[in-house]
Amino acid sequence: MNNPAENPQKEPLLRIAKRAELPAGKIVILRLLAVVLSLVAGGIFIACMGQNPLTIYGTILSGACRSAMAFQGTVKLMIPLLITSLGVTLAFKMKFWNIGAEGQIIFGATCATFFALFCSGMNHVLLIIVMFLAGFIGGGLWGLIPAVFKVRYNTNETLFTLMLNYIALHIVSYLRDGPWMDPGSQGFPKIARFDKNASLDKFLGIQFGWLIGLLLVVIVFIYLKYTKQGYEISVVGESQDTARYAGMNVKKIILRTMFLSGGICGMAGMIQATGSDITLTTSVAGGVGFTAIIIAWLGQLNPFAILLVSFLFSVLEKGSSVVQSNYGLSTDCADVLQGIILFFILGCEFFVRYRFLFRTKVHSEKKIKAEGE
Amino acid sequence: MAEQGREKYAIECRKITKAFGQVVANDGIDLNVKYGEILALLGENGSGKTTLMNMLSGIYHPDSGQIFIGGEEVKINSPVDAMNLGIGMIHQHFKLVEAFRAMDNIMLGTRGRKEKSKAASEKIRKIGEAYGLEIEPEKYVNEMSVSEKQTVEILKVLYRGAEILILDEPTAVLTPQETDRLFSILRKMKEKGCAIIIITHKLQEVLSISDRVTILRKGKSIETVDTAACDARKLTELMVGRPVSLKIQRPKVADPETIFKVVDLTVQKPDGSKAIDDISFEIKKGEILGVAGVAGSGQKELCEAIAGLLHAQKGAILFHKENLLGKTPSEIIEKGVSMSFVPEDRLGMGLVASMGMTDNMLLKGYQKGKGPFIKRRPARELAENLIRKLEIVTPGTETPVRLLSGGNVQKVLLGREIESSPSVLITAYPVRGLDINSSYTVYDLLNEQKKKNVAVMYIGEDLDVLLELSDRIMVLCHGKITGIVDADKTTKEEIGMMMTGEMKPAESGKEALDE
Repeated sequence: MNNPAENPQKEPLLRIAKRAELPAGKIVILRLLAVVLSLVAGGIFIACMGQNPLTIYGTILSGACRSAMAFQGTVKLMIPLLITSLGVTLAFKMKFWNIGAEGQIIFGATCATFFALFCSGMNHVLLIIVMFLAGFIGGGLWGLIPAVFKVRYNTNETLFTLMLNYIALHIVSYLRDGPWMDPGSQGFPKIARFDKNASLDKFLGIQFGWLIGLLLVVIVFIYLKYTKQGYEISVVGESQDTARYAGMNVKKIILRTMFLSGGICGMAGMIQATGSDITLTTSVAGGVGFTAIIIAWLGQLNPFAILLVSFLFSVLEKGSSVVQSNYGLSTDCADVLQGIILFFILGCEFFVRYRFLFRTKVHSEKKIKAEGE
Repeated sequence: MAEQGREKYAIECRKITKAFGQVVANDGIDLNVKYGEILALLGENGSGKTTLMNMLSGIYHPDSGQIFIGGEEVKINSPVDAMNLGIGMIHQHFKLVEAFRAMDNIMLGTRGRKEKSKAASEKIRKIGEAYGLEIEPEKYVNEMSVSEKQTVEILKVLYRGAEILILDEPTAVLTPQETDRLFSILRKMKEKGCAIIIITHKLQEVLSISDRVTILRKGKSIETVDTAACDARKLTELMVGRPVSLKIQRPKVADPETIFKVVDLTVQKPDGSKAIDDISFEIKKGEILGVAGVAGSGQKELCEAIAGLLHAQKGAILFHKENLLGKTPSEIIEKGVSMSFVPEDRLGMGLVASMGMTDNMLLKGYQKGKGPFIKRRPARELAENLIRKLEIVTPGTETPVRLLSGGNVQKVLLGREIESSPSVLITAYPVRGLDINSSYTVYDLLNEQKKKNVAVMYIGEDLDVLLELSDRIMVLCHGKITGIVDADKTTKEEIGMMMTGEMKPAESGKEALDE
């Protein structure tokens, strides 16, 4: 008599249940599965564009790594992504939503450019060091502004950091069109190419920013895991109340961490301007600040995972520019692919924690139980 | 099936099972209530009481099992379903819109055309009169006292025509007098034929209000007994699963030297109102000073002022005759004043949920030692020590503490505070949400501190425990001290009166201060 069909109130078709914490191995398998699925879904998309997915994927891989020069190009793309991701990781670990890396990159690059343009006669090593400091302090100050307002007036850091991006961008436009305009460009608004003395040296054929990036991976890892300040960041991120109860100066920690976070992003800007672009343009950040947010989260805020993820992202980006020239597929397609991969990987985090139960399954479970009794 | 022979229950649950991940919160629970009956649901924390009630009110969905309302099998998929079936739940934390009037809250979410406010207000008043509930429908919720808010919650479900009421720990926020009033309302509802389920872990209340008691233990329904045939001891045994001694020890104060003194302290809340209003008291070495008061009487602000987290407007806090006001929290910790506040969510303040025991041990002492690096080894040793000493159940020192059960979490917190060998230990709600066994471990720990000549301030909820554990009891009401009495010379009723703001006659109150 308890036939569910007769019952006016049915169970929902689908419901969500929390699952037990999965062992680490299973989580890895789940994530790999997500990557495979995303490639399949991406393949369908490519097929819809009238191309063979396998050749396209092959071209992406070979395009990024086929020659020393291609590989150098990939690494060049990776440098700002990696460093910026490490920068925002510091803030994210503290649950401070710094989405202003873009602005911090630009402002850091701008400060470094000042020395590149006007002090280019300095001793080379000294000049590079000064520019690094300028990039770091510039980015750091740009990160400090929203932090100051956050601790004083509890403003929303997400909006604040985002808006500062545009301000930084327009400062560069102003400098390009006005005070810093290249006198030799015959009225065309651009900033002069840096002197050789003011550009970063190469190491193994690539500007040595990649060494800085690798160094920062290790430094950030140790900083977060083994230092008192790193410990403070974790506690503040988890609960500000707990931090206060433990006698921590929460305001000071927020300010310090945001300075460091912005500073590292500013260094990324300095490296991009003096190492790759050899000038300052409005596209010095070029969306890196936003991609870095994605990379940081995909890497679960672990510096070594971030290193891997940012490499894969660069392969995709570099490879798809080759795809564009070989097959005429626009690089926007690479963005779509990126989106698909993100969708699957972020979506899989849901399944790490929850599972779906279907109505039929629930009933069959019940039946089995009822029969058992 | 023997359907015919059975009495018609208001609610009958058969073999209800619900799991959250690996945790089986409800494991084949049977429960039934008749109309015109009050059933108490008794169980230690984590025994699955609230989960079960949330399934009845449509918030969760059982994994398996059947629910019958008035004899018919039903599926409750949402709170709306529950409302249509006549089930109303009054949650432990009120679900009211503070900026609305009482009547707006009551009407909120009801179907049909909105009634004119005069008619609605009249209707609410009538329902209130029928059940003996006093209410002003036009009053704004944010101007109401806790017990008034609870009245609004009750009216909310009655207005929707609920005949089955579920109350989740309704007395936790009430004074003894308000509790009595609530109980008389519940009795009136019972006379009118409502079925009532009341969740509580205070045994005295179970005995005074319920007709039958269903006891849950570790997600299973252990037994249902008639209240009349029971006493506190029997209920405790059923709840814990074995005989327990309910006696709390109270060793004598050995060295009555005052170590901690609060003088004319006034603390303001951010909105300018006084959270602590000109209070003075002292704590002696080797003494437990109990603090009683309705929740929100200034306990939290007092703790925070002592710990240096809240700026005090006037007065002084003297520790060894040195003023602590104006010192930073870490300076105060260094001096040996330790504060552990267990907030409602139990994890929020003293511990970092996602970190393991080792990292939580570091929380107050991580600054010690030179250099920028953190020293984990002593912390790990301390954690291992605590696991052994306090019998903390955990897979390891690195397991995030949020995965531990409530009792173990609190042992970690209190253990850390005690291991820092403080001179003054301030502990607020250390047994909040703990089962009886763990509670007694905590009382033993506090008594141990007392023997080590530590001055202990114990802010508690359960008056019975305060009376047995403390040497003296200070009662707070709206931020004022309404009396400081010797625990062995006072009664629960007297403290209850003081909690409502009735001053203790001046002489004896003074005497306690001047000692």
